[in-house]
Amino acid sequence: MSQSEAPETERDVMEYDVVVVGAGPAGLACALRLKQLDADLMVAVIEKASEIGAHILSGAVIEPQPLDELVPGWREAPPPICVPVEEDELFYLGKDSRRKLPTPPQQKNHGNFIVSLGATCKWLADHAEAAGVDVFPGFAASEVRLTESGAVGGVIIGDMGVDKSGAPKDSYVQGIEIHAKVTVLSEGCRGHLSKQLIRQFELDQDCDPQTYGIGMKELWKVAPGKARPGLVQHTLGWPLDSAIYGGSFIYHLDGDRVALGFVCGLDYADPDFVPFEAFQQLKHHPMLRDLLEGGEIISSGARALVEGGFQSLPKVELPGAMLIGDAAGLLNVPKIKGTHQALRSGMLAAEHIHEKAAAEGFDARLRASPVVAELKKVRNIRPGFNKGLWRGLITAAIETVTGGALPRTLSNHADHAELARRADFQAPDRGWVDRSLPPRDRLASVYFAATEHDEDQPVHLQILEPEICTTRCTEEYGNPCTRFCPAHVYEMVEDEANEGAQRLQINSANCVHCKTCDIKDPYQVINWVTPEGGAGPNYQNL
Amino acid sequence: MKILVGIKRAVDYNVRVRVKSDGSGVETDGVKMSVNPFDEIALEEALRIKEAGKADEVIVVSIGNNDVQQQLRTGLAMGADRAIQVETGDTLQPLTVARVFKALAEREGAGIVLLGKQAIDDDCNQVGQMTAALWGRPQATFASKVVIDGTTATVTREVDGGLETLEVDLPAVITSDLRLNEPRFVKLPDIMKAKRKPLDVVPLDELGGHAGAAPATGRHAAPAPRSRGVMVGDTAALVAELKNRGLV
Ligand SMILES: Cc1cc2nc3c(=O)[nH]c(=O)nc-3n(C[C@H](O)[C@H](O)[C@H](O)COP(=O)(O)OP(=O)(O)OC[C@H]3O[C@@H](n4cnc5c(N)ncnc54)[C@H](O)[C@@H]3O)c2cc1C
Ligand code: SF4
Repeated sequence: MSQSEAPETERDVMEYDVVVVGAGPAGLACALRLKQLDADLMVAVIEKASEIGAHILSGAVIEPQPLDELVPGWREAPPPICVPVEEDELFYLGKDSRRKLPTPPQQKNHGNFIVSLGATCKWLADHAEAAGVDVFPGFAASEVRLTESGAVGGVIIGDMGVDKSGAPKDSYVQGIEIHAKVTVLSEGCRGHLSKQLIRQFELDQDCDPQTYGIGMKELWKVAPGKARPGLVQHTLGWPLDSAIYGGSFIYHLDGDRVALGFVCGLDYADPDFVPFEAFQQLKHHPMLRDLLEGGEIISSGARALVEGGFQSLPKVELPGAMLIGDAAGLLNVPKIKGTHQALRSGMLAAEHIHEKAAAEGFDARLRASPVVAELKKVRNIRPGFNKGLWRGLITAAIETVTGGALPRTLSNHADHAELARRADFQAPDRGWVDRSLPPRDRLASVYFAATEHDEDQPVHLQILEPEICTTRCTEEYGNPCTRFCPAHVYEMVEDEANEGAQRLQINSANCVHCKTCDIKDPYQVINWVTPEGGAGPNYQNL
Repeated sequence: MKILVGIKRAVDYNVRVRVKSDGSGVETDGVKMSVNPFDEIALEEALRIKEAGKADEVIVVSIGNNDVQQQLRTGLAMGADRAIQVETGDTLQPLTVARVFKALAEREGAGIVLLGKQAIDDDCNQVGQMTAALWGRPQATFASKVVIDGTTATVTREVDGGLETLEVDLPAVITSDLRLNEPRFVKLPDIMKAKRKPLDVVPLDELGGHAGAAPATGRHAAPAPRSRGVMVGDTAALVAELKNRGLV
């Protein structure tokens, strides 16, 4: 669908044993491990970002054990940002107050490291290249290639140089086909090819719907002396009411840098809720304001994360392909960590391919591994919060004490279905304050994401039924896309062609590829597809 | 004919440039680096000249530490035939860079030295002109159109008043302006081919070394933040506000 109407000539083909889609921790671990197991295998990694790590946004406090296995000796030559965790703190925030809570066991980080996952991926990609992996940043896998037998047999790279209308420009370059015996999908949360394959091959028919959260993050350089390198802080409570699942992280790095972020469940009901505004409000809590005032914001961005865990885990194999990392949904929510799961599942996939030269059997292998055991143990914690913060904390305590051994499994519901109609929802008074810290608004924030798309290309946010936007959606929900998108891509503007009416304007060039719209749109008519390779945010150390 | 193209590794044009907190320079840690856009245009032009059958070889040159090999590989993937890294860990002044290009032009027997009109990091706009002077050959800077005809080049340049057309004898130095062309996308298979193309490393000293003491930069600072604007209701209010501030 995303390919142009341009020349239907035969595409150039490159042959590989394995093609990996997405250079996050999962994909890179898989590629590197494959080469370690068999140096003769031909392995390619395709990444849509202009350079490795530029589309990666994470916390990130990571568990180092999988890295010890994958890159022995890495502690002597660690990634560029890597600060050992010294101390954990958890706070419950009121509007002006804070109360220290005991740190739950899942959030104890002794022995872990605070990194920039973007910088870590770049570092990992260097290891992979040195081992002989062909890493291709700047290319988007826009379609899956199906073989005659109906199995996945590689991917098709998006065309470049196509104009708004789909016609080739002077610079037109047709995307090539990459043929591979096994295709590994490591696109991260809500991967666009993964989503399509999960649907087409009905991989989710025996599990609950996947659920998600939206995470926003900023990197700050704070006034000298304010950061305490190695300090890991989390908060619950304000600015969210107890019906919305979420909280913040404040990770203190070296060099007076602080990574600060805010995550909230996309199962919120309030159609007028603006996650971006909640994040900015949080920064004006006295605890954070004191930290940030006198500092400077360096970069910012947003990315959805998977929260469905064990109940929502789809089948992770299909003929010719497998899903790993967040594309499969392996993030551990109570820990808010997915990197170690991504790395481990990547390595496991490599071992599987090395032994079997096929995807078949990977699902069973993953389910029998520590990766899924870890998810199973904590399976009831996140859905426990569906009944609000306090019930959630109680469930979390019970599940933690029993180690998830109780014979019950709470279920997940699709996030988009949880949004309430305006008529049915009475929003609480959020008591939000006037703000002074940058960025002023979402457009200013996009500037710190350094996002870039050639404006003369097909809009990569496809609205499948455009008439819904100005009719039912306006009436029922008041166009929530204009609020949940952290980059202000969606705007209702006056319709010049139709006086008195409004139309949806899509400022697709601002998109930071977080995938929130694809997830939360109540009618599920927004389809995110890959724009021209290399387009999108240029995150710096996120 | 050989064409020598200079490509500089510079902070990507999308990146918001920040001054290091100690004022010693511009922050490059974790910052995306790319080929200086004017140099990419110069390379595109060189490739088009070669594809039109008017040159035999395109050589990309970059000066710096091993990091510049990344940009050289990009140049090779775009279609250059080979690459030369002039190795140094120092930040060079335009005169030293010009001496390098002059030395390489002579060593290679280049017909054209095609450079960007300036680099977007220091915006010096001097290397092309200095290279021509040192080399004793003609220069056609700020090119928006280049036509090669045997031993001459007809170059349309963008000047303040409009366009100027020059005819220069080759060998010559040409520098590219923004509107000269639109650089091509790199094709994925060409990235693989680029890995096998030759990349020679030549120490700076072999090409003459530094051209003398460089001016020392004292301190870098970001421009002072702009103060908040005020909205005034009408012109009368505007005049009053300006008077109030003693501006009219
Ligand atoms: C705000 C936030 C905070 C987090 N904090 C932590 C933390 O503290 N600790 C922790 O361990 N984990 C944390 N996580 C989770 C962690 O970041 C993820 O679990 C992890 O990044 C998943 O890795 P992945 O390789 O599966 O996917 P990703 O890291 O998302 O990588 C996917 C890559 O694939 C590319 N891609 C996608 N589709 C295509 C395509 N079609 N063609 C080409 N390229 C494509 C993307 O550009 C991206 O580079 C956090 C996540 C968020 C959002
Ligand atoms: S348009 Fe969609 S994917 Fe892009 S930034 Fe907005 S919500 Fe995220």
